[in-house]
Amino acid sequence: MTSAPLYTLRDVRQVYGARTVLDIPALTVQRGEVLAVVGPSGAGKSTLLRLMALLEAPAQGEMLLHLNDERVTAETASIAQRRLLAMVFQRPALLSRNVRANVAYGLRLRGERNGQKRVEAALERVSLTHLANAHPRTLSGGEMQRVAVARALVLEPRVLLLDEPTANLDPYNVRLIESLIREQHTAHETTIILVTHNIFQARRLATRVVLLLEGALIEEGSAEEFFDSPRDPRTAAFLSGEFVY
Amino acid sequence: MTKRRILILFLIFALASLTTLLAACGDKEKPAPTPTKEAATPLPTEEPTPEPAAPARLILATTTSTEDSGLLEYILPDFEAKYNAEVDVIAVGTGQALELGQNGDADVVLVHSRAREDAFVADGYGTARYDVMYNDFILVGPAADPAGIKGMTDAAAAFAQIAESGSTFVSRGDDSGTHSKEKAIWTAAEVTLEGDWYISAGQGMGEVLTMSDEMGAYTLSDRATYVARQATGLKLEILVEGDPILFNPYGVIPVNPEKHPNINAELGQAFADWITSLETQELILSFKLNDQSLFTPDSEAWRAAHSGE
Amino acid sequence: MWRSLQVTASALVFSAAVGVPVGTWLALTRFRGQRVLNALIYTGMGLPPVVVGLVVYLFLSNSGPLGNLAWLFTIKAMVVAQVIIATPLVVGVTMSSVRAVDPALRVQLRALGATRWQATVAALVEARFGVIVGLVAGFGSIISEVGAVMLVGGNIDGRTRVLTTAVVLETRRGNFDVALALGIILLTLSFAANLIMVMGQGKLAES
Repeated sequence: MTSAPLYTLRDVRQVYGARTVLDIPALTVQRGEVLAVVGPSGAGKSTLLRLMALLEAPAQGEMLLHLNDERVTAETASIAQRRLLAMVFQRPALLSRNVRANVAYGLRLRGERNGQKRVEAALERVSLTHLANAHPRTLSGGEMQRVAVARALVLEPRVLLLDEPTANLDPYNVRLIESLIREQHTAHETTIILVTHNIFQARRLATRVVLLLEGALIEEGSAEEFFDSPRDPRTAAFLSGEFVY
Repeated sequence: MTKRRILILFLIFALASLTTLLAACGDKEKPAPTPTKEAATPLPTEEPTPEPAAPARLILATTTSTEDSGLLEYILPDFEAKYNAEVDVIAVGTGQALELGQNGDADVVLVHSRAREDAFVADGYGTARYDVMYNDFILVGPAADPAGIKGMTDAAAAFAQIAESGSTFVSRGDDSGTHSKEKAIWTAAEVTLEGDWYISAGQGMGEVLTMSDEMGAYTLSDRATYVARQATGLKLEILVEGDPILFNPYGVIPVNPEKHPNINAELGQAFADWITSLETQELILSFKLNDQSLFTPDSEAWRAAHSGE
Repeated sequence: MWRSLQVTASALVFSAAVGVPVGTWLALTRFRGQRVLNALIYTGMGLPPVVVGLVVYLFLSNSGPLGNLAWLFTIKAMVVAQVIIATPLVVGVTMSSVRAVDPALRVQLRALGATRWQATVAALVEARFGVIVGLVAGFGSIISEVGAVMLVGGNIDGRTRVLTTAVVLETRRGNFDVALALGIILLTLSFAANLIMVMGQGKLAES
């Protein structure tokens, strides 16, 4: 695993209306790591992920994404550079076409003419081959989320951003999706940024963890340090489930 | 792929309609002969003055009676052949026809409302008014004749009797020439138009005849439309006719090019000359339905030729 | 008969070309005065055709501002009137059906590498059923329309006479049988066109 920065954030503030939802003096994400962003609801986790997905630009400060010796922001990234990222959301919004077409969508955007094999492989990975021709409205919540994971994985992204990908799912689907994440990391060295409120999931998957509370970065460290010897008392409180929110 | 096939179908449909539209638009700059009528008329090359030019377009605003009776279909091919022209007939009420002329949207008007025609010319919208022909108005009603007016010769008195008996009367109510005439007769009969018996329909002659027939009501009609409608099963009968007040003269007025320079004034004048010519007048006389002439020629040329009779 | 289809189809193509993009744009953007504009569009969906015809007539009249085009009493004038009648319908229905598409979808497609344009097209494709309904409604409202086309087309034989105006004329002439026959042709035509669109909708649902 090479140690090279992928994201560097400096004095990043994000403001919605009059409310500051995120305020991070400094944060660096290394290439190839699995970074878990944890914290209670409303901590700014999803906002941070949307910034990293280049879906929005910070109100203040600077977030740079290092790609092929270039540093880009949400404003300067080309469409080709944006397409090195893929994101999975907590509640998947699928196209009203069959499962296969949903998985193929990103490849079609990229003009991939011979993506069928990759699409079939992705369907296989999420165990949905038998539902390839099904319409999304006939799927269960877990199946829909697997479609969403497949449509991101099929793109072989450099960075995979996951926003609570297993919230509200049953244990079977949670296990399936977690194993896919792990596999993607080990086999393809994909950088993965995982937003979750579930510290157990963070522990199972992450190489590094950051804790956000009310938009502020409380603690940042390797998974070991974070879980075994947290520096901030609030981290300890959060981990023990005592945190009041 | 079914979706693609539908898309292609739709595109073909769209393209086809667009091209036909463009072709139709092209007609305007480079008019092609319309297939139906011109096919029967001699080709331009056979005429004494060979004119390879495409037919010119004349817009005739006229009353519904001339079109609905079938007169125009009968006489216009002659004009179109002689002048290498195409006549676009806009058949509306006299009020709207004169309005079209006033706005320069027609080249010539053929209507029947003497007072308004004279005002139209006096206001400078038309160059001159020429007598063309007349038909007469008739008072028609159900065979039962509840007002007991059958055979009366005084139209105003018959109107008064209808009002008095409270029998239903259907009025055009559309500011047409017929409507103007009807109002003039009510005025002469000194009747105030109030009550359920008087129905203002706001429609053309054909519709009003149908309404009257259905309702067993009286109405004032021009003879041409009535005779034409009789052929298609109208049961109303003629109850009053022949009163001079029922005389219904048609006039032709070319629209004044000084008000609207881009109208086809030359052809408009040609049309007025043509329709008042002896030859066309004969043609009008020969237009018959159920063996009755619907219009009586009455142009200056006609009167001069027949003054001895 | 073909002229009826030709006029209506041309008008529908123009209405769709204008109405679908405008409706989509209105559905996906927010700006001041949008509510007022929405109210205007909904009013436009119920414009009395005869009033449209009158206004088009006044504009295209020789004494009107666009008299020089010499479009009055031509098919072009009829298409213009029909476009004005149908476009608000297409805009309004497109707008509400695109709005009904989950707003999260566009964001998620962007996060999969769609350009703004691609995400918008995808949202429009999601709204395809509604858009087709809008086109069907627009088609129905103009093929059966008579007041406006009578006024601006003039019902000229062989030139601007369409099925509906021919029905009026034949009724006025008392040829009820002919009028009825024309009416049946009109209905059949309308039915066939709608059938094609509805079948298309079904096919889209399967894909």
